[in-house]
Amino acid sequence: MAAWLVRRLAASIAIVLAVVTITFFVVHLAHGDPCGGGEQRPLPEEMCRRLRARFGYDQPVYVQYAKYLVALLHGDLGESLGLHRPVADALADAIPNTFTLALAALVIDFALGLALGIYQAVRERSVVDIALGNAALFVNSMPVFWLGLVVLLVFAQRLHWFPVGGLGDPVLCPSVASLPCQLDFLWHLALPALTLGLVGAAGTARYQRAAMLEVIGQDYVRTARAKGLPERRVLLVHALRNALLPFITLIGLTFPFLLTGAVLVETVFAWPGMGRLAVNAILQRDYPVVTGAALVASGMVVLGSLIADVLYGVADPRIRVRDA
Amino acid sequence: MNVENWLALGGAAVLALLVVAELRRRAVTSAAGRRFFRHPTAAPGVFALAFFVTVAVAAPVVAPYPPYYQIARRENLRPSPQHVLGTDPYGRDVLSRLVYGARISLGIGALGMAVAVTVGAIVGGVAGYFRGWVDTALMRLVDVGLAMPRIFVLLMAVALTEHISLWVLVLLIGLTGWFGTSRLVRAEVLSLREREFAAAARAMGAGAGRVIFRHVLPNAAAPIIVSAALGIGSVMLLEAGLSFLGMGVPSPVPSWGNMIADGWIKMAVAPWAATFPGLAISLVVMALNAVGDALRDALDPRKEAV
Repeated sequence: MAAWLVRRLAASIAIVLAVVTITFFVVHLAHGDPCGGGEQRPLPEEMCRRLRARFGYDQPVYVQYAKYLVALLHGDLGESLGLHRPVADALADAIPNTFTLALAALVIDFALGLALGIYQAVRERSVVDIALGNAALFVNSMPVFWLGLVVLLVFAQRLHWFPVGGLGDPVLCPSVASLPCQLDFLWHLALPALTLGLVGAAGTARYQRAAMLEVIGQDYVRTARAKGLPERRVLLVHALRNALLPFITLIGLTFPFLLTGAVLVETVFAWPGMGRLAVNAILQRDYPVVTGAALVASGMVVLGSLIADVLYGVADPRIRVRDA
Repeated sequence: MNVENWLALGGAAVLALLVVAELRRRAVTSAAGRRFFRHPTAAPGVFALAFFVTVAVAAPVVAPYPPYYQIARRENLRPSPQHVLGTDPYGRDVLSRLVYGARISLGIGALGMAVAVTVGAIVGGVAGYFRGWVDTALMRLVDVGLAMPRIFVLLMAVALTEHISLWVLVLLIGLTGWFGTSRLVRAEVLSLREREFAAAARAMGAGAGRVIFRHVLPNAAAPIIVSAALGIGSVMLLEAGLSFLGMGVPSPVPSWGNMIADGWIKMAVAPWAATFPGLAISLVVMALNAVGDALRDALDPRKEAV
C-alpha cells in the first residue's frame, strides 16, 4: 500500500508539472510579454523594453522556464502583471473563498443527493420516484450559471431574502470576524452554494439511485430480509454499505465539476474566488496568474482522483493494492 | 408573430411526432430497439430532439423576425402576441433569436462532439491495439488532459486567439473533449483485439489499420455512441458557459449562451430574455441525457443503469 501510494503521488506530481509546463509554453509562445496583447494603443517601445526587463521577459523562453521551475520549488509563483503583488498572495486570498464555497456546495450535493437517491430506490417506480427522477434529470441538465441567475432574480432581486453577491457587507463587515459578521458571510454564501449544490445533488441522486437498486436485487439482501431483519436495517446497514462504493467514483468526478461550476457561479455572484481570479487573469492576459491558477486547478483535480483511489482501497478489500 | 409562424411551429411538432412513431415502428423488430423504447423517457426525449432539430432547420419559416433585426424603442418588451417571448435589451425578438440560435447551439454540440469522438476513437483504438509503449505514452497524455479543467483550457485558448471563428471554436471544443472517450474505447479494444474475429482478420493478412478500423472499432460502437449522446449535452453546456463569460461564440451571433449573456445585463427588467434560452438549453440537454440513458440500456444489457 505504501509503495503504491508513493508511486501514485509521484505520478500525480508529474501530471501537475506537465500541466504547468504546457500552460507556461502555450502562454509564452502565443504572446510572450506584458505588452504583446494586441492593445488598441500600443505602448511606446521604450516602456515595453523596460517592462520586459522588469518581469524577465527579455530572456529566452527556456531560461524563463528554468527560472520559473526553480522559483516554484521555493513556493514562488512569480509576480502578477496586473495586480502589483505576488501570484502566490493573490491565490492565497482567493483559494479559501473557493474552498468554502465548494465545501458548502459539496455538503448540499452529497447530503441531498444521497438522501434522494436512496429514497427513490426504496420507492422504485412509484409516482414519487418518477417525479423526483424527472426533476433530477432536469436540474442536472441546467447550465449552472443560468440556474444561478434565476435563483438570484427570484431570491435576491424580487424577494430580497438574500444579498445579490459578494462575500459580505463591505460597510458593516469589512473583515471583522465577529459572530454577526460570520452570519453575514453565511447569508452571502447561501445562494451560490445552493446553486452549485443543487445541480450536483441532481447528478448524485441519479447515480445513487442506480447504485442502490443494483444492490437491493442481490442475494445477500434477500438473505438479510429472510433472517427477519427490520427493513430499515436491511436497507441502511446491509444494502447501503455496498451501494456507497460507486459513490466513491463520484467523489473523484465531483472535483472537476465543482471547479468548472465555481468559475461560472463565482462570476454570477461576484464571489472573489479562484474561478473569478483565473477568468480575470485570462481576460487581462496576466500570464503568471494564469499559470499559477492552472497549477492549483490541476492540483485539485489530481487530488480528487487520488482521494477516490485511496478511499476505494479502504472501502473495498477486493481491489486493495498489495505490495509485491 | 404571423399565422405562418404558428403553422410552422405546429408543423415541426407534428413532424417530430411522426419521427417518434416511425422510429417506434421500426424499433419493435429488434431487441435493442424494444429495450430503447421501454425506457420511459426515451420517446419524449426523441420527440424533443426531433422538434428542436426541425425548428433549427426550418428557422427562416418559424422565426417571425430576422435574428439580428433590432427594433428601435422596442427594447425589453414583455411577452405579447407580437413578440411571443418578448424582446431583449437590444430590441431583438427573443423567439426569433432562439429559433436561429438552435442552429448554432445544436450545431456546436453535434460537431464538437463529432470531433471529440473521432479523435477519442482513433487514440483509444491505437493505444488499445498496439499496447506497449504506444499505449503508455498516449494514456499518460490522457491523464494530463483529464487533469486540466476543460473550461479553463478553452478560456485560455480563446483568449490567446484573437477574433476566433466558429469553426476554430468547434475544433477547440472537440480537441479538449476526447480524453474520456479514448479511455473508454481503449478498454474495449484491449479485450476485443483478443477475440477470434480479430485473430482471423490478422491471420488473413489484414494490416493493423484495417483490423482496428474495420474489425475492432465497429464492435466497440455501443460505448462510443452512448458517450457521444451524453457528450453533446455537456458540449452545449460548455458552449453556453464560454459564451456567458464572453469567450465563446462571437457576440451578435445568436447562440443560446450568448442570449443568456445579452439578457443577463437587464435580468431585473426583462427576465424573459435570459430565461427562455436557458430553458431551451436545459430541455435539449435533458432530452439528450434521456436518450443517452435509454441508448445505454438498449445497447448494453449487461449494465442496466449508472
